Amino acid sequence: MSGLRVLVGCKRVIDYAVKIRVRPDSLGVVTDGVKHSMNPFDENAIEEAVRMKQKKIVKEIVVASCGPSQSQETIRTALAMGADRGIHVEVPAGTDADLQPLAVAKIFSKLVEKEKPDLVILGKQAIDDDANQTTQLLAGMLDWPQGTMASVVNAADGRLTITREIDGGLEDISVSLPAVISADLRLNEPRYATLPNIMKAKKKKIEKMTPENLGVDITPRLKILNVVDPPVRQAGEKVPDVSTLMEKLKEKGHL
Amino acid sequence: MSLRSATLLYNSAKALRAYQPVAVACKRYLSDTSFARGIFMGELREDELFPYPDVLSEEQKETVSMMMEAGHAFFQETNDAAANDANEAIPEDQLDQMRALGMYGLMVPEEYGGIALTNTMYAKFGELSGEYDLGIGIHTGAHQSIGYKGILLEGTEEQKAKYLPSLASGEVFACFCLTEPSSGSDASSIKTRAVLNEAGTHYVLNGSKIWISNGGIAEIFTVFAQTPVVDAKTGETKDKMTAFIVERSFGGVNHGPPEKKMGIKCSNTAEVYFENCEVPVDNVLGDIGGGFKVAMKILNNGRFGMGACLTGTMRMLITRAIDHANNRKQFVSNLREYQGIQQKIARMNLLCYANESMAYMLCGNMDKGAPEYQLEAAISKIFASQSAWDVCDETVQILGGAGFMKDVGIERWMRDLRIFRIFEGTNDILKLFIALNGVQDIGKKLKSAGTVGAMMGLMKSKFLPAAPLKTKVHSDLAPSVDMLRGDIAKFSVSVSEQVIKHKKKIIEQQVLLNRIADVAILLQSMGAVISRSNTAADKGDTSEITLANAWCADSHRRISVLLEEMASSDVSKIDLAILEVGRKALDANGYLAKSPVGV
Ligand SMILES: Cc1cc2nc3c(=O)[nH]c(=O)nc-3n(C[C@H](O)[C@H](O)[C@H](O)COP(=O)(O)OP(=O)(O)OC[C@H]3O[C@@H](n4cnc5c(N)ncnc54)[C@H](O)[C@@H]3O)c2cc1C
Repeated sequence: MSGLRVLVGCKRVIDYAVKIRVRPDSLGVVTDGVKHSMNPFDENAIEEAVRMKQKKIVKEIVVASCGPSQSQETIRTALAMGADRGIHVEVPAGTDADLQPLAVAKIFSKLVEKEKPDLVILGKQAIDDDANQTTQLLAGMLDWPQGTMASVVNAADGRLTITREIDGGLEDISVSLPAVISADLRLNEPRYATLPNIMKAKKKKIEKMTPENLGVDITPRLKILNVVDPPVRQAGEKVPDVSTLMEKLKEKGHL
Repeated sequence: MSLRSATLLYNSAKALRAYQPVAVACKRYLSDTSFARGIFMGELREDELFPYPDVLSEEQKETVSMMMEAGHAFFQETNDAAANDANEAIPEDQLDQMRALGMYGLMVPEEYGGIALTNTMYAKFGELSGEYDLGIGIHTGAHQSIGYKGILLEGTEEQKAKYLPSLASGEVFACFCLTEPSSGSDASSIKTRAVLNEAGTHYVLNGSKIWISNGGIAEIFTVFAQTPVVDAKTGETKDKMTAFIVERSFGGVNHGPPEKKMGIKCSNTAEVYFENCEVPVDNVLGDIGGGFKVAMKILNNGRFGMGACLTGTMRMLITRAIDHANNRKQFVSNLREYQGIQQKIARMNLLCYANESMAYMLCGNMDKGAPEYQLEAAISKIFASQSAWDVCDETVQILGGAGFMKDVGIERWMRDLRIFRIFEGTNDILKLFIALNGVQDIGKKLKSAGTVGAMMGLMKSKFLPAAPLKTKVHSDLAPSVDMLRGDIAKFSVSVSEQVIKHKKKIIEQQVLLNRIADVAILLQSMGAVISRSNTAADKGDTSEITLANAWCADSHRRISVLLEEMASSDVSKIDLAILEVGRKALDANGYLAKSPVGV
């Protein structure tokens, strides 16, 4: 198997290490001046594509991101990791938080029409909204087989064998191509871009387009009513002995 | 006495030659493109100061931020500074990762396999080794900042094509071989010699070098040696220094075991010996007899890196100290509430700010093609190494006993930082260089003015602060600008008076020269923080003005004291008394006093 063309998605999200703060209007989280980076699951997705390219299974990797102008940096990172060219579907700054999985899946289905890839790899979910829907929606729209939450992907005889992480164990499935897969964290260990590759990435092309160009209506279908901080953990209490512990647990209705 | 004879007597060129190791690269004409040199002339050279250089394009900024991310990941996940320190080595497989990451060819043009960073981009990336592991910084710096920098700066096309690709990839390492057992600061006194063979095809190289960073692991050596050169005018043959590119494979190159050191232990330091090593004539680097210039050009060109690197160190140390001060409770509250601690934290911040401002002004100006920056480079090197040391010292103090504990991880920084005040020109020698360079410029000015009277008139006209600046400076910075204008004027007059007073002998007045250099360094730092905070304010961020004003006010106070000391005959007497103690102790071969308990 060789010569596949792959479309990979990557999203710019608030960096995993940042302490999230809720906006004063309780309709979202603070993003201004906050460090952003590539969604970690998308790093797995790109890494997998790059490894397939190193194994000569893949010929070309196109990376696409929907988001504000800064998403270009995320695309650049993917290019530095080894993707060949980029597509930036730009949405106005501020509206990107409202970009929901349905809209993204529609955008990707248009990109598939345009790019005609043999395989689409996405991250299983983005760590900002944790929706875990885009892959499934996209596979449905395209009527392609899907392999979600992949932790191993093997290509042979025009098919992919995918090991999925499911509740209580692993499941191996075999899908025909073209297909859509979503990457889980254990799929691989994403590489860091090396400095020479960062410089090379500067010369790779990023094509710009908008949802309107693609004929996609991104009006949100869901309305966010309220965003709240998780409850603050209550301080613990020390008990002198086991019997007091049992008492306390009973008191609180845990026994 | 006519000033003419006074200044001729004080032949500044000769005076400077005594400090050749650092002085020769200094051009012999009055330059008006250097802010630091202007200070001595009593001029506040606005055009050199404003605006603060902003040399990175948006695209370059994005590139640097991606590089920094890759670098942080490497230092956090792969490199273990404490282990490198304990093992006194960098693991072999980690060197491979560093090669893959591309850390060895940062400034090499792309056609030779490097990534062609500008000085400013290189400087920013260098902050990482400052933040995480100075030993790694020295290993990579000895390779590319001095090891093969000569090939980059002075190499022929053939030399570049032959050597740069494998150096840029890190396939082979380079080192810079100047220092010898009897020749450190006085670099022009090296004894290593290279003599052309009879066939005229090779130079035969003999001699030994000590304390060469990467000396034990390098394949390519930039070596400085004396070569017999015939003077075109006199026909006499004299030894002059020449630079060579030497390959280990030429044969006759050996090295000693890795030196045991106080710090930067993972960087290899070794003696290197050349025994009848045959170097093809094509491997002369630069001109025959022009080796000293090559050496100085390399060192000069590399100095900006230290200021940036140590910014990373200081910023990290400040965070550590603040973290402790905010969390450690003693007596009634956390340390943060006590003035003693606040003062230390403030001082650390201001030192870092002044250092960072000078470092990035220097490399920004280098990127803009500034023709003349050796004073600025020397000032930045001195200031960076001294202030990083001071910041580290205060960090240990704020952490108390914890600061002394190995596991807490500050003591390694103290050990690693100590060398920075010594190598690449000791701070002491560089101070003499700065002072003498300025004194030389003043000497020339005095000479051209003709008479003492005319000269003093010229100077006095500058005694009052010059006219307001052409540049529109933020109004909140006005007090700092006034201090800078006034202090530059007073400084120039004061140094001129000393030049007239001491004439040629000023070269021996090291206590005075040190004060002169200290003032010049402070003035340079004031200029840099004013420029930087003003440019930030122009862009809408006025927050740095507080830092700049605090630094300038404090520097102004210290300058006033130094200028007073320079002019005061009482202080001169005190200096003499102190020098006398030193001389007596030297004569006595030891401590001068007997034990007060009589045994
Ligand atoms: C870890 C390490 C790595 C090094 N790496 C390299 C390298 O890669 N390549 C290389 O070529 N060299 C290297 N060196 C050598 C280094 O550059 C020298 O140590 C330095 O130049 C000082 O020389 P010195 O040690 O001989 O001191 P000296 O020149 O003997 O000076 C000793 C002291 O006297 C002072 N002094 C000297 N002359 C005067 C004077 N006229 N007036 C007043 N004070 C004076 C100095 O400031 C200093 O404080 C390295 C050194 C170390 C320790």
